[in-house]
Amino acid sequence: MAEPYKIVIGLEVHVQLLTKTKLFCGCRNQFGLPPNTATCPVCLGLPGSLPVMNRTAFQLALRAALALNCQMASFTKWDRKQYYYPDLPKNYQISQYDLPFSAEGWLEINIHPDPKKGHTPKRVGIIRAHLEEDAGKLLHDESGRGGDSRVDLNRTGTPLLEIVSKPEMNSAEEAVAYLEEIRLLMRELGVSDCEMQEGSLRCDANVNLHIPRSDEPHGYAATPLVEIKNLNSFRSVGRAIRYEAERQFSAFQNDPQNYRIGRLLKTTAGWDDARGRTEVQRHKEEAADYRYFPDPDLVPVTVSPEQIDAVRREMGELPSQQRVRLQTQYGLSPYDANVLTAKGRPMVAYFEAVATILNDGKQASHRISDLVFPALSERNEEMESFPIRATEFAGFIQATATLSKQDRVDLFTHMLEQGVNVAAAMEATGLKPATFDEATLRAAVIAAIGNNPKAVADYQSGKTAAANRIKGEVLKANKGAPNDLVQRLLEEELAKQ
Amino acid sequence: MTITDRTASELLALQAAGDVSARAITDAFLAVIREREPTVQAFVQVDEAAARQQAEAVDAKRRAGAPLGPLAGVPVAVKDVLCTRGVRTTCSSRMLADYVPPYDAHVIERLRAADAVLIGKTNLDEFAMGSSTENSAFQVTRNPWDSTRIPGGSSGGSAAAVAAREAPLSLGTDTGGSIRQPASHCGIVGVKPTYGRVSRYGLVAFANSLDQIGPFARTVTDAARLLAVIAGHDARDSTSVDQSVPAYTQSLDQPLQNLRIGIPQEFLKTGLDAEVEAAVRAALREYQAQGATLVDVTLPHAAHHAIAVYYIVATAEASSNLARYDGMHFGHRTADKGDLIATMSRSRTEGFGPEVQRRIMLGTYALSSGYYDAYYLQAMKVRRLIAEEFATAFTQCDIIASPTSPTAAFPIGEKTADPLTMYLSDIYTISANLAGIPGVSLPCGFTSNGLPIGLQLLAPPFAEERLFRSARMYEAATDWHTRRPPL
Repeated sequence: MAEPYKIVIGLEVHVQLLTKTKLFCGCRNQFGLPPNTATCPVCLGLPGSLPVMNRTAFQLALRAALALNCQMASFTKWDRKQYYYPDLPKNYQISQYDLPFSAEGWLEINIHPDPKKGHTPKRVGIIRAHLEEDAGKLLHDESGRGGDSRVDLNRTGTPLLEIVSKPEMNSAEEAVAYLEEIRLLMRELGVSDCEMQEGSLRCDANVNLHIPRSDEPHGYAATPLVEIKNLNSFRSVGRAIRYEAERQFSAFQNDPQNYRIGRLLKTTAGWDDARGRTEVQRHKEEAADYRYFPDPDLVPVTVSPEQIDAVRREMGELPSQQRVRLQTQYGLSPYDANVLTAKGRPMVAYFEAVATILNDGKQASHRISDLVFPALSERNEEMESFPIRATEFAGFIQATATLSKQDRVDLFTHMLEQGVNVAAAMEATGLKPATFDEATLRAAVIAAIGNNPKAVADYQSGKTAAANRIKGEVLKANKGAPNDLVQRLLEEELAKQ
Repeated sequence: MTITDRTASELLALQAAGDVSARAITDAFLAVIREREPTVQAFVQVDEAAARQQAEAVDAKRRAGAPLGPLAGVPVAVKDVLCTRGVRTTCSSRMLADYVPPYDAHVIERLRAADAVLIGKTNLDEFAMGSSTENSAFQVTRNPWDSTRIPGGSSGGSAAAVAAREAPLSLGTDTGGSIRQPASHCGIVGVKPTYGRVSRYGLVAFANSLDQIGPFARTVTDAARLLAVIAGHDARDSTSVDQSVPAYTQSLDQPLQNLRIGIPQEFLKTGLDAEVEAAVRAALREYQAQGATLVDVTLPHAAHHAIAVYYIVATAEASSNLARYDGMHFGHRTADKGDLIATMSRSRTEGFGPEVQRRIMLGTYALSSGYYDAYYLQAMKVRRLIAEEFATAFTQCDIIASPTSPTAAFPIGEKTADPLTMYLSDIYTISANLAGIPGVSLPCGFTSNGLPIGLQLLAPPFAEERLFRSARMYEAATDWHTRRPPL
């Protein structure tokens, strides 16, 4: 590795579930409603109100955990995590403590720095995944005039899946790839829309370094753990980890005896995206005492093997399975299979339709990445609304087989911009395959036969491959001429010799 | 006989016969309330106009020939820990002195659907924490039999209101005896149903795994009538059990043949008042005279550890439930605002009384890191042993009988300085909450001072019908329940 240290990263990811209603009440689970309009006695924590578990949320969570290869608990319960904060009206959060519904899973991540080298799969262990209710939002006065803070409790009680990874990622790229894979998986499964901007995917990163030192008992020195919060985009996750690793390395170099895990306490740091640096928020003096205990208002949940089987049956193909299938069924490279999968199910369906019509997976994949990927990103459009559907695209590929790559791109752009079909686009742009009438080609064949007496002689002596030399000359002079027509004319004329 | 001396059953019959209107009934009880409240102080809130309006609505329905609910025109007083839409629900705490819930508790919905008249909200020990109703932030409710004495608690207001003929029926809540003990001290019938029998939705929680709402009445029949209205499954309470509710009043007067009554040996040993013991033993002889047999049963964990277990489990849950009252979203907010923590801390210090603060601290301690296993977890294990102990005992007997309380009502102020002695007065009632089983207290005599004594009967889970029938066997043969307090 380039750096003189190994980064060790564990991620705590919170994923908001795509349910119609909240985790313990019937209020809408929807982003962007006017403040405090999606609330009721239960999520407001009004005296006397009681929570009732949302079965759909639990099902979604089961689906997610199965996809993360987790062990599923047959018995799980709800606990109260207690702390005082104004975004938490009950001053406790209903969560899961010692008996989460799932634990001990793994996720395969795909790092693809270079298409030519292909991707490098890696398994990242999952410690646990559990369900909990979200807190509300505090809106502080940022004018500096010390105005009151406001509380919006619409988010209070929305279902969150917390996924805790093992500290098994060793680069910012791996951490980002892990997050991308979680997002892809959750979206494909319909578990979450995973919009980091809207907070439906949140991530805290625990980072420290192992610095090789031959005189250390384990062969390395470990720096103190730092938990980075306030990571609002995939980009900021990568930047924050890279920054923090460098910061820890220089801190260690400045004080190699004391800047060590065990000597210094774990700290929490916020990522300041504008300044591009982590800022220490607080030292964790000791483990916060959340006084967890089983919530007496809720009953434990039992999960049978039959229920798990039913969830598994409904789950459909996972991205990891899809990558393998695209390779075996369509002959794609691991890299191409990975790229297509990462684009989501509608793109894969598009690809499969095109590949089937063309009867050529590789060609379909390459044409889609040449033409459709850039068009989508340029138009800022989703696959579902892309105007050129798979059948038309396959027809376009067939009709433009003899055109140069640039002509094809121009033609495709014209179709999209003008909203016309391939025939109209060809007519308008003049970019179309040359046409050849049989008489002209026959004359060219006869001329080529005349130019190649040796090839004719070889052919007649039984070396039929010699005919290819003559055909090559005809095709070279008549770019785009249909191969099968030239072949037929050549065979007819050679027979006359 | 005046209207207010009538039972709920009689009031229903009188209305059906056209002899009295709901309005007249409500007026009669409101008149008694006005007359006796200065002494009894059972109510924290009476809205006379609202009560009359409900009564008139019942009369109008009757005139129109519309179908009427099973408690049509019968006034019911409600412990002020049950949420009433648009009506202050204070829990007798300064913390919630101005709290107006936007919704009705499940039992309140049931009462409204039964055409009952909600006549007022009754006093309690703050947040139902206490055994004497002295812990109310607002007033001390008096025992109608002796106004220098406590009515019991925490549902002292509901019990005193029924005993004083201020209402024929009332609702209380029982977490460790808070219905049965005041029923005993006030000489009336009080029922703590099986945990899960009545939805807790809208009951401001003290200890969620122990709390249960139940009826007070002067007769077993009336209590059964009220329980039949409030019992049954409610999907809004995850701990509510989906099990059908028998028609309690139909079987009530059929005595149980060959009734086997378990007598927990440990309950009749130390600390029991001689007059109470004599009254209970006399009650058991009455049962024997009716063909019942007495069986010795043993409940060692219930007898020796129930109070310790209770004061860990209940306070742990309470410390968590009451965390929400921090002056931010709900409850009293201090005028002396500081930073976030200071504002919360001062609001809670000002808003909660000393007993509530004591229990929050006990519960917080029991759940703290490093103590959880030794206290809460251990308590939960013993709790299970207590439940198993009762299950074993019920293989040998049909019901278990004991005194409800070791003494009759004590004088106001006698135990306020000594919380532990106060806690010990719940020795016979607490284990039923830990085991989740139903229990009833019914009058079984008086002390030489003229204070009521209560007999407690306990039954296995969901055997309320058996409880009512066995209680009625005794009631039918005695006249304790017909005596009136000297008001």
